[in-house]
Amino acid sequence: MAGSKSRVRMTPANALSDTKMSRGQATLRAAVLALGALVFLFPFYYMVIGSLQAEPDPTVAGAFPHPSNLTLDNFAAINERISLLTGLVNSGIFTGGVLLGTLVFGLLAGYALAQLQWRGRGVTFALALLVQVVPFQLLMIPLYVLIARDYGLSDNYLGMILPFFINSTAVVIFRQYFLQLPKELFEAARIDGASELVLLWRIAIPLVRPALITVVLLTFIGPWNEFLWPFLITKDAALQPLAVSLANYISTVAASAANPFGATLAGAVVLAAPVVVLFIVFQRYFISTDIGSGVKG
Amino acid sequence: MTTLVSADGTRRRKGRLLGRNPLGLLFSAPYLVFVLLVFAYPLVYSVWIAFHDFFFAAPGAQVDRPFVGLENFVTALTDPAVIRSFGNVGIFLLINVPLTVVLSLVLATALNRVTRFRTFLRVSYYVPYVTASVAVVGLWLFLFNGGGLVNQILGPLAPDPSWLINETWAMPTIAIFVTWKQLGFYILLYLAALQGVPKELYESASTDGAGAVRSFFSVTVPGVRPATVLVLLVSTVTGANLFTEPYLLTGGGGPNGASASPVLIMYQKGLQQGQPDVAAAIGVVLVVLVLLIAWLQNRFAGGRD
Repeated sequence: MAGSKSRVRMTPANALSDTKMSRGQATLRAAVLALGALVFLFPFYYMVIGSLQAEPDPTVAGAFPHPSNLTLDNFAAINERISLLTGLVNSGIFTGGVLLGTLVFGLLAGYALAQLQWRGRGVTFALALLVQVVPFQLLMIPLYVLIARDYGLSDNYLGMILPFFINSTAVVIFRQYFLQLPKELFEAARIDGASELVLLWRIAIPLVRPALITVVLLTFIGPWNEFLWPFLITKDAALQPLAVSLANYISTVAASAANPFGATLAGAVVLAAPVVVLFIVFQRYFISTDIGSGVKG
Repeated sequence: MTTLVSADGTRRRKGRLLGRNPLGLLFSAPYLVFVLLVFAYPLVYSVWIAFHDFFFAAPGAQVDRPFVGLENFVTALTDPAVIRSFGNVGIFLLINVPLTVVLSLVLATALNRVTRFRTFLRVSYYVPYVTASVAVVGLWLFLFNGGGLVNQILGPLAPDPSWLINETWAMPTIAIFVTWKQLGFYILLYLAALQGVPKELYESASTDGAGAVRSFFSVTVPGVRPATVLVLLVSTVTGANLFTEPYLLTGGGGPNGASASPVLIMYQKGLQQGQPDVAAAIGVVLVVLVLLIAWLQNRFAGGRD
């Protein structure tokens, strides 16, 4: 943009076509972006509207229903089939366990990778990157054999949490943030006799507070949205996270003739709402550069 | 610092053996144990299972699990359902990967230049990515069923039978769904990469008379090449792991296995039908194929660097 402005003064003829072009471009760009936003957001609007309709109306008019057709009955209906509260609590425990593991042990590893010199540091960092491209699904069979059969941790929160306990992307992001802190700061404190844990707690963590929020956001969506693993490991409905109990509901009703979409959509809204709200409130901590560095290292 | 260390002989030796701050190893120990326990060991175990006659036994029972060579691979690869699932995921990747690369780069480029509504647009693009698949699957079932909104809008153009129960359309519909769902993540990756493309390149391109389209292809596309390699890799790996969508959207890979994915077959064979050895063999084949595709992508899209 600054470039085209400076050219305005140099070659007026070119500049004219340039501004004309960029006006057309700007319109095109706005159209593309608006269309994108519509394609991404409309389904969510439709999900909420669908969950509030007394009778599911799949016609175009159904997307803009009369207020008299709106009701909360679907939420009561889904709550009768699967306990929403139990599901939310289980999802919360599963997610909370992963957050705890990632924030404590991921932070320690990230600090060690960035600020300490020790043998095996390079290998550990390479592992943290490599682990991110190992597809979890391919470990499904051996993990199931180990955790459910050998350790006897099926229908158990520990068994649910274990494969996700420390998020490797978070380790890489923590390292990235700790690398930006000046080494001298730590050297000085070390000479004063501060232990590494004190350094980490008193100096390092307060300086990387934005990274903590980024990591919480990024780590949160993993277990909260995860379906395959908790689905394999929990057969007891009282222990199932909401994603699993809702999926079981969807796959049972999908086979039956009458399809109560309203109840499904109500369950979907309850499952989606906490994450969507979290990401809207803390959107400025979920920015491209952090995510890029987390994956690329 | 140096005098301090050399004054203490034992500390110096320990320092050489484990590095200057051996505490780093201690701090990383829980993470390393986790990686060994949850990734490294299961990975090796998976290959071991694939080459042995493995079955679920009662806990604590001593059972013989003999080495059977390639038998599990033969069982897997002579099963038409398995072959079909690899074909299905091939169709999926052919639709999903190019669409993902093109759409995310175009949207990221457009978003990068915009100043008004930037936050609103960015958030709206990644909302599907952060939402649970299970939640949006419920919605897509509603949108794409026989009398759903999509068919209402299409009218006579709607396929019969409807999208998700149509053998031709089931897999493409899943591919479009996953593209839509994941696009926001790739847009973020491209946005990060675009910050690294020097502004001067655009300026000199426009001095040379290149229009927007021309400079997109001659400056932006080469400038974000490392990100493109990453997007190709991540979207291929994600696609190869397809499970939730065929399990829920098409009721377990229907119709007639037209949308079954290898991971879905692994689940059915390994955990439902009690053949974990055959399932592990399918997993090994899938990894080898993904590595091959990743290598080809890197060769042809990665350039000289």
